[in-house]
Amino acid sequence: MSQPQIHFLGDGALQCSLPPPATLKYQQRIWSIAEQAASWPEVIEVVPGMNNLTLIMRRPVADLDQVAKRILDVWPHADGCAITGRDIEIPVVYGGSTGPDLDVVARHTGLTTKEVVERHSAGQYVVYFIGFMPGFAYMGGLDPTLATPRQTQPRLSVAAGSVAIGGEQTGIYPLSSPGGWQVLGHTALSLFDPQQNPPTLLRPGDRVRFSAERIAK
Amino acid sequence: MIDILQPGILTSVQDLGREGQRQLGIHPGGALNTLALISANLLVGNPREAAGLEITMGACEMRFRCDTRIALAGDDFDARLDGKPIAPYWSAPVRAGQKLKFSHCSRDGTPAIRTYLAVAGGIATPIVLGSRSTDLKAGFGGHQGRALRKGDRLPIGGMEAALARIGGSIFGVRSPHWNGLAALPHDSSEHLTLRVLPGPEFEQFTVAARQDLWQEKWRITPNSNRMGYRLEGPELKRKQNRDLLSHGVVPGVIQVPPSGQPIILMGDAQTTGGYPKIGVVISADMWKLAQAPLNAQLQLQLCDLEQALLASTEQQDYLRQLEQTLAALEWSRARQYRR
Repeated sequence: MSQPQIHFLGDGALQCSLPPPATLKYQQRIWSIAEQAASWPEVIEVVPGMNNLTLIMRRPVADLDQVAKRILDVWPHADGCAITGRDIEIPVVYGGSTGPDLDVVARHTGLTTKEVVERHSAGQYVVYFIGFMPGFAYMGGLDPTLATPRQTQPRLSVAAGSVAIGGEQTGIYPLSSPGGWQVLGHTALSLFDPQQNPPTLLRPGDRVRFSAERIAK
Repeated sequence: MIDILQPGILTSVQDLGREGQRQLGIHPGGALNTLALISANLLVGNPREAAGLEITMGACEMRFRCDTRIALAGDDFDARLDGKPIAPYWSAPVRAGQKLKFSHCSRDGTPAIRTYLAVAGGIATPIVLGSRSTDLKAGFGGHQGRALRKGDRLPIGGMEAALARIGGSIFGVRSPHWNGLAALPHDSSEHLTLRVLPGPEFEQFTVAARQDLWQEKWRITPNSNRMGYRLEGPELKRKQNRDLLSHGVVPGVIQVPPSGQPIILMGDAQTTGGYPKIGVVISADMWKLAQAPLNAQLQLQLCDLEQALLASTEQQDYLRQLEQTLAALEWSRARQYRR
């Protein structure tokens, strides 16, 4: 396992990144180190990314070089399997008015809408990290035959709960927002609720399955 | 309680932001100029982290429904309490029924962008995910998760402790500008200098881009907000246009999208990004950016970590001095009272 490159990200953060490509094995190690580093007294926040990890320091900032050294020390010993994650099933109504791009994906991939739904709901997905907006999970595991480019003109508003494909990734919009992903369907589950603790349904390391409730006309 | 009579262009409840939620995609948010919000809080006897109002572009008007004390910090919007001027970094008692009105520009016509209002006891909207700050994009926190509107009524926290600390008089303190922490530009012929540390991808940019970054002036375009300030200047090119994998970002990061026109991320920026980061504005200079008017010219100055940390210490010293000055005021008042 290669050692990460560590950069200062301004005067209060460190960024550690592994060389591409991102793999689940690397990512498991990143989750494990994130969990350890979160308990260090100098660190106030940890932000796992895709194949990388950002540590944000408590102020006044202590010696960043010391923290960088500590990361390199623990890196080879981090046990990638320590984070187990949870199994989460997300019921989806595919197609219809809340899945307006199901046909677009079918046309692009040369599959029938039924085949798109079958392949999308057969997948086993893993949450690599959360970013972009509260509770938005970047997931690995999309069947490569379903990959569809983003829309050339992003929609001004994609509804909360929209299940979509953007390039080789699939995701769920936790909030209504502008967005360019191809919307396949909709889930009634709440992905982000600031009144709940934790406020997001998904966390890094979770395993996700989509279950097809039905295909709407 | 405070009644909002005119919200202005963008007025929202902000405190020092929320921590510990970035890995769930929730940005820290909070006042863009924390130095100003903390100063205003100290001037009314509040703890540093109390919530106040961040008023963008002025033009805001409100009525107080109870006796309290207020302080302003940040830009001058020719604020008037029942017609009587009250300047930034001043603290004044307010009687129930009095009206506070901000103009859309300063008294002398210099551009103004943001100011902060603190009220003794703090704005007491509910704490959501550890903070009272308004997350305008995700729509939670602050007052109903949104910018203030006409007719909104804001609760004020228990103010007795704060009022007991600060007396009944009107007084002011020297602003951080006077203390030499910064000189802000008055018009587009002047520029604001921000100190910058090279970012993780600095070396991936061409020699010309790396020179331009430090030598050219960068204009803050009007397409700037609490998420990011979009700058205009020469195109910054990378040696190779390799895609980066998504990674964590922090306020101050200067990212360069394929257009070559940099964006400085602010407090409401998303938690992760994918553009190369040519530099990061030091945290001690972020408050200056929060006060820089649109179209202002920026000069980016290379600095090292030691200088950056020293600048943070100087800023903390300013706040500690302010605390000491106010504590001395409290002590002398207490003595007078005993006599």
